[in-house]
Amino acid sequence: MAAWFSAFDQQMHGAAGFFVDRPIVADLGATLEQGGPDAVFIVLEGLEARALRLIGVEGVDPALLAGTRWERLPKALHGRMQTLETWADLHAAPDSEQPPAVVSAPNAPSLLIDRPVRSGQSIVFEDGDVTIIGAVASGAEVIAGGSIHVYGALRGRAIAGLRTGDAARIFCRKLEAELVGVDRLYRTAEHWGEALHGRAVQVMSDRGALRLTAFD
Amino acid sequence: MSKVMVVTSGKGGVGKTTSSASLGAALAQMGQSVVLVDFDVGLRNLDLVMGAERRVVFDLVNVVQGDAKLPQALIRDKRVETLYLLPASQTRDKDALTEEGVGRVIAELRERFDWIVCDSPAGIEKGALLAMRFADLAVVVTNPEVSSVRDSDRIIGMLDSKTMRAETGDRLEKHLLLTRYDAARAARGEMMKVEDILEILAVPLLGIVSESPDVLSASNVGSPVTLHNPTSAAARAYTDAARRLLGETIEINTPAERRGFMSRLFGRKAAVA
Repeated sequence: MAAWFSAFDQQMHGAAGFFVDRPIVADLGATLEQGGPDAVFIVLEGLEARALRLIGVEGVDPALLAGTRWERLPKALHGRMQTLETWADLHAAPDSEQPPAVVSAPNAPSLLIDRPVRSGQSIVFEDGDVTIIGAVASGAEVIAGGSIHVYGALRGRAIAGLRTGDAARIFCRKLEAELVGVDRLYRTAEHWGEALHGRAVQVMSDRGALRLTAFD
Repeated sequence: MSKVMVVTSGKGGVGKTTSSASLGAALAQMGQSVVLVDFDVGLRNLDLVMGAERRVVFDLVNVVQGDAKLPQALIRDKRVETLYLLPASQTRDKDALTEEGVGRVIAELRERFDWIVCDSPAGIEKGALLAMRFADLAVVVTNPEVSSVRDSDRIIGMLDSKTMRAETGDRLEKHLLLTRYDAARAARGEMMKVEDILEILAVPLLGIVSESPDVLSASNVGSPVTLHNPTSAAARAYTDAARRLLGETIEINTPAERRGFMSRLFGRKAAVA
C-alpha cells in the first residue's frame, strides 16, 4: 500500500494539476480483495489526504461504508479504468494529438422523463441521453451515459458523458444547479457565479475544461 | 364517495397536525362526515389539538393489531357531530403498524366516512409511508423557506412513487398548503415568494395560512382554529381551503400586511398543475 501511494505521489508530482477539479471514482474491488476492509479505508483516507475530489466508489459493498464519512458517495458511478501504469503511459506522451473520436450511435437509446425529478430521486441511465420535461430539484441527481437535456430548471446535479465521454453536453432552460459534470470534469455552483444563474445554459467539455455558456 | 386525504410535509414543525385538525373540522362544519387519523405513533399530538386527550382509551395500534374494534377507538368530537378522531398510541412506535393492518382499518373507515384525514408524522420513514400509502389525495404542508420546500419536494416524489395509487398507475391528487406565512417578512423580502415556491414544487395551491397567534392559542385550548375562532384570518383560510377540496372555486389571496396598500395587488389565482 505504501509503495503504491509513493508511486502515486511521484506521478502526482510529475503531473501537477492532472487531478485538479477532476472528479474521481475509485474502484476499490482489488483493494478489498487483497487487503480486506481495512485497506479500503487506508486508500480512501490516502486519497482524501491528497486533496483529491472523490465523487464515487465502486467494487465495494455499500454496507462496508455505512456509518463512515464516505457513506454518501454514490456506488453506482463507474469511472474510466485508470491504473497507475496506463496513467504513466498517457502522461509520457502528453502532446500526441488524438484524433477526436467520432461518436456515431445509430439507434442510441434515450430516456424521456415526462415529469419533474424530485429531491432525493436519482435518475441513472448509462446507455444514452436523458431528456427531462420539468425541473430537476435541489437534492436530485441525473446521471447519463450521453447528454442531458432539461426542459425546466436544473437545481440538482447533472453528470453527463459516462459512456460518450467529452462528446456529451448538458442543456437546461434555467441553470440553478448544485453541480454539473461532463466526462470526469465537474463544477459546483460557486464556480460559475451569478452571471449564469437562472439562464438557459449549455455545459460542455472543451479541451479538458468544463465550459458553461448561456444561450441568450 | 369517501376520500382518503394524507396531510404530509417531510419536515417537522410546519403545521401538519394543526392543518389536519383545522381542515378536518372545517369539512365537518360543512356537513361532511370526517375522521382524523393520527399516524404519529409514539409522538401523538392530534388528540391534544382536538382537545380529546382525556378521552383516549383505544388507539390506531390497537385497532391495527386487532386488540380493539374500530368503534371502540373512535372518539366523537363534542362540538361537531360529524367529526371523529382515531388517536395514535403514545407508548408504541411506528413498527407497531403494518401495511396490511392499516389497509384494513382504512377500508373500514371508508364505509363510514366521507373524509379520512391522515395526519402524517414528519420524516420519510415507515410512519410517513404508511400514512400516505392508501391516500386518494395529498395536502403537502409547506412553510415559505428553502428547507421546508426541498423536503416537500422529496415527499411529493414519494407520493408519486410509493403510494398505492402511484403503483397502480392511478393519479394521486396533490395540493399545496402554505402555512406560517408572514406578510410583514414577505414584504421585506425575507421569505420565499409564493410564485417561486409554486414554480419549484409544481403542485396547485390549496391555500395560504398566515402565521398567527390565533392558531397557537386555539391549539393550546385544544380546539381547531376553525371552531375556536371562526372569524380569524387563519380560520377563514382553512375554511376556504376546505371548500376548494369540495370542488368550489375560490380565489386565493396572498395575506398582506394590515394597512398595506399593496394588499389588493397580490390577489392570486390557484396555479394549475
